[in-house]
Amino acid sequence: MQKRFVSIWFRHLKTDWFIRRQPLLKNAPFVLASPDHGRMVITATNIAAETEGVYTGMVVADARVLISALQVFDDQPGLSQKLLTGIAEWCIRFSPAVAIDEPDGLILDVSGCAHLWRDEKKYLADIYKRIKQFGYDIKLAMADTIGAAWANARFGKASPVIETGQQTTALLSLPVAALRIDPLIRVRLEKLGLRQVRDLISIPRPSLRRRFGQHLLQRLDQAAGYEEEWITPVQPIEPYQERLPCLEPIVTATGIGIALQQLLDTLCRRLQQEGKGLRIATFKGYRLDGKIETIEIGTNRPSCNTKHLFKLLEIKIDSIEPALGIELFTLVASKVEDISITQENLWENNGGLDTIELSELLDRIEGKIGSNHIHRYVPDEHYWPERSFKLAGSISEKVQTSWKIVRPRPLQLLFKPQPIEVTAPIPDYPPMLFRYKGKLHKIIKADGPERIEQEWWLQEGQHRDYYVVEDEEGKRYWLFRSGHYDAAKTYQWFIHGFFA
Amino acid sequence: MVSIFIDGKTMSTAKADIITQLQRDILSLQGFKTVPNNVVQDVGLGAIKNAFPNASFPLGAIHEFIAAGAEDATATCGFVSGIIAALMRNSGALIWISASRNIFPPALQSFGIVPDKIIFIDLQKEKEILWAMEEALKCKGLAAVVGEMQELNFTASRRLQLAVEQSKVTGFILRRNSRSINTTACVTRWQITSVPSELAAGMPGVGFPRWKVELLKVRNGIPGKWEMEFSGGRFRHISTTVAIPWIQKKKTG
Repeated sequence: MQKRFVSIWFRHLKTDWFIRRQPLLKNAPFVLASPDHGRMVITATNIAAETEGVYTGMVVADARVLISALQVFDDQPGLSQKLLTGIAEWCIRFSPAVAIDEPDGLILDVSGCAHLWRDEKKYLADIYKRIKQFGYDIKLAMADTIGAAWANARFGKASPVIETGQQTTALLSLPVAALRIDPLIRVRLEKLGLRQVRDLISIPRPSLRRRFGQHLLQRLDQAAGYEEEWITPVQPIEPYQERLPCLEPIVTATGIGIALQQLLDTLCRRLQQEGKGLRIATFKGYRLDGKIETIEIGTNRPSCNTKHLFKLLEIKIDSIEPALGIELFTLVASKVEDISITQENLWENNGGLDTIELSELLDRIEGKIGSNHIHRYVPDEHYWPERSFKLAGSISEKVQTSWKIVRPRPLQLLFKPQPIEVTAPIPDYPPMLFRYKGKLHKIIKADGPERIEQEWWLQEGQHRDYYVVEDEEGKRYWLFRSGHYDAAKTYQWFIHGFFA
Repeated sequence: MVSIFIDGKTMSTAKADIITQLQRDILSLQGFKTVPNNVVQDVGLGAIKNAFPNASFPLGAIHEFIAAGAEDATATCGFVSGIIAALMRNSGALIWISASRNIFPPALQSFGIVPDKIIFIDLQKEKEILWAMEEALKCKGLAAVVGEMQELNFTASRRLQLAVEQSKVTGFILRRNSRSINTTACVTRWQITSVPSELAAGMPGVGFPRWKVELLKVRNGIPGKWEMEFSGGRFRHISTTVAIPWIQKKKTG
């Protein structure tokens, strides 16, 4: 397919943005300036200041001579980059590949996009009208090459659309500055009387290279289409992406649901054909006022089950604020994995943790409540009770060591051992009485002690002597004394759990 | 009808067959739904089995357990774990939903449950627990779902019951420190309390877990009280207390 590019030139990018924020500035002359070698140098001007003769690069003091009421604002470093990124993301409604063209432009790869607007003139007119609505003063042009579009946007006087194959002809009458060359080379060319591109074309290439370097030739070739040039889109094009432009802006949840359903259907059909399933999906709504509403879901295992994915996204539709309406929806599968196709079971299987139903259930719970609420544990090689198990990384993590139970362990373990008062004969007999939560328990039967040492390489502290005890009501507890009996009374009794 | 009985033994088995058939008919007339695939899974409850309709532990239903303190809650967990272990034998997964969980996963091993096959869902609000429980019960292929909560109103219990009727998953609700013991749509209501363990004469130390198992309510069955012990990976029946009087029995179901 023939490549087509659109170049957009923001003539007063930063000052337009200032006017957008403070409409009162519209007719007043003002400039942005930043300090440079101890002076304030103008970095951007608005139209009102420009007509009075103020230009970029002037010192503020000089400009004040021309306009006494000149307002000066501080320029923020990185402002144009930030503004361009925002506009570029907004421009994705016109084409999926939008790149920033520093310092004051955008390049859109519009190959195969314009026919959606019926013709290229209407396409450009729509872009112009929409961006103009935001208050930006722009010029734009379309051509087969980035170079030609760039040149025509900035220097072209004729039609903004250069027909396919006509870029060389269109370039001829433009000044050499239109070739995106180094200002030094431009000055040298102009000194030699080579003011227009047509003057350069007629000169043999070897002599041009000898005098002005390879760069000039490369720019000429790029503009004419002899050498290919690439752009770096602000958002890398997702391979699994679906778009749904709307005729009328969508404001209702039902409408969003229908759009989502359509996008999911097409995306899942494609995933299914390629034997893939999505792990992360992002659903975006491009609002009329330029904001983007985003919802994202993740799944535990690759899935292309439309019904399930719809359910996951549906929960979050409430969080979308359509404001004036949403005009474009996109659905991107940013993480895709191969799906292992299994034959459907005729019978219900009790397949353990590896069933689709279970992972879909966990997705739903994660989507509604959050992923940090779901836990699974695997054994760990420690005797210290709190460390004898650990959180599993995923639902499919295999158990490395076996679950060992050598000595009885309580079914319920207190998160933190609670100190208790105890009457116990020394040296190492189990307690006779203990008081927990104000209630006195008389111990009838007991087992122990079972000593568990601190793992000194992990934590400093005293060992624990555990006892399994049963009181007169038949309730069973796990008590321990931390440390040895000593004169300084550093030991302490705790309750740590309940047996069934 | 042609049937020749050769000896008395065959005759008595035939009679027993007729009686079971009649019992089943009566139950179905009373609105009791049997498990459709007719696979009766024995959960190893021994003598308690006879309290249930068809003498089988109701699967694909909701069982309610009430407990007062932490000790009784642990006893309940132990009893439930023993039943679930039997359900999980066919390699199913278990979901355990609770708000303040103290379960020590390695200890479940001693009740026959593989702890890494459990997915714990820890939530804060009772409402979220009920929602998660309902969603989990709708999920086919699970061995069981356990939900720890404080209150359960009739509407919520009906929702859970409707969910299991579709999926045939068995649900266990552990209610702790409930303010009121209200009517629910659960098929059974249990209360488990610990009783002193006993070892063979003269042996010192703490014995196997032993509980007083009270089946307070059972739909189409006979409530009762038993003393059970869990030893060697199975329930052992110790003694039976006289069943609850006829008047009370009539009220249930």
